[in-house]
Amino acid sequence: MSDRAYLATRKGLFEIYRTHEAWHLDRQHFLGDPVSMVLPDRRDGTLYAALSLGHFGSKLHRLDPGAAEWTEIAAPAFPPKPEDSDDKVDWAVKQIWSLAAGGPDQPGVLWAGTLPGGLFRSNDRGDSWHLVEPLWNLPERAQWMGGGYDVPGIHSICVDPRDSRSVLVGVSCGGAWLTNDGGESWAPRAKGMVATYMPPELAEVEAVQDPHRIVRCAGEPDKLWCQHHNGIWRSVDNGAHWTEVRAAPLSNFGFAVAVHPADGETAWFVPAEADSKRVPPRAALAVTRTVDGGESFTAWRGGLPQQHCYDLVYRHGLAVSDDGQLLLMGSTTGGAWLSEDGGGQWQTVSTTLPPIYAVSFA
Amino acid sequence: MAQLIFTQQLGRFMTVPQVETDAADLRGALDEAFDAHPRLRGYVLDEQGRLRENVVIFIDGQRTRERERLTDALAPLSKVYILQALSGG
Repeated sequence: MSDRAYLATRKGLFEIYRTHEAWHLDRQHFLGDPVSMVLPDRRDGTLYAALSLGHFGSKLHRLDPGAAEWTEIAAPAFPPKPEDSDDKVDWAVKQIWSLAAGGPDQPGVLWAGTLPGGLFRSNDRGDSWHLVEPLWNLPERAQWMGGGYDVPGIHSICVDPRDSRSVLVGVSCGGAWLTNDGGESWAPRAKGMVATYMPPELAEVEAVQDPHRIVRCAGEPDKLWCQHHNGIWRSVDNGAHWTEVRAAPLSNFGFAVAVHPADGETAWFVPAEADSKRVPPRAALAVTRTVDGGESFTAWRGGLPQQHCYDLVYRHGLAVSDDGQLLLMGSTTGGAWLSEDGGGQWQTVSTTLPPIYAVSFA
Repeated sequence: MAQLIFTQQLGRFMTVPQVETDAADLRGALDEAFDAHPRLRGYVLDEQGRLRENVVIFIDGQRTRERERLTDALAPLSKVYILQALSGG
């Protein structure tokens, strides 16, 4: 079981750690600066933090194993936009929205997803980056649109543990896309999702879907879960087909999803009332869990605020550790809670942190 | 020589350089600064070479308006302030 975790927030990166009694806030990094994403790379113990500086742009910092100081490394950046391009999108990174480590057979490989919809790859632990042009150059990208932000963005990067060249990405709004050759070619992977915010004749177009978050079960890699703008979907065939899960209680709207690392039938969600009312249902925070592939769910409330609670858990605000028992979630109003029993009971880490963008176990 | 004065807010991330230049325009002056301090470029300009949205530049008390080509002329004794625009909360 992990004994350390990270919270990337609007005003810095915070660490928490466990003593034999409870979890506590520990060191802070980049206090005052927005940290849009954090990645503990378990392959070599490196920690990466993406900063989203309001004035000075997106930056990336690396804390090498054993090092006392962070090192600023290269940040993903688009190549010069061709003068004859008719692309309406501004080729400038607005935010690093997702970070993922490559497979264990690819030391040094990192993936970064950005607003506005760029996927970047590094082969040298972030010392340099290049845009994955085959995805950026897809004609279908013209159909992508903003969802959550004014521009589309890549928020989910799921490397297949069976084959590091196989990577599935989730785009808001732009569906899901799979490469099996390390990024050289891409195919849509959002069949079955339905977008009710589109005209009926376009509702099933794959490239306009808004998967808020997609996660892959490490132990059963063909099993994927998606919290979509219009509900919950799952796939048991690596995204070739998605099936809507309709049994979730309280609400089918939300942003976060976590999947058990060994059991692809078990997943957690944090429902919000509705698209038009992004607060916990009846202002009472709950986590829902299915252990049977979405046939049934349990809503857990133990230890979570049940009155006048307006905490929203955003896309990257829910994490599960390798044992499938330890869960951490952080809200956009600075609440952080931790469960050591798979979500049944929660302890409060803090209710006064800055808005939390992402959480991750060490 | 014209003087480039960068906001001290950059001190959180790097040693803030002091630059004197004979460049005749803003772009040339900034390029000189970036040649000597490569990491500074990405803090002031985006990857398309434009002034970042929330960075402002004043030349001899006048705020520059042209943010892409950065062709504003500099006089031999110009004072150029590169500052952050106030925003956010």
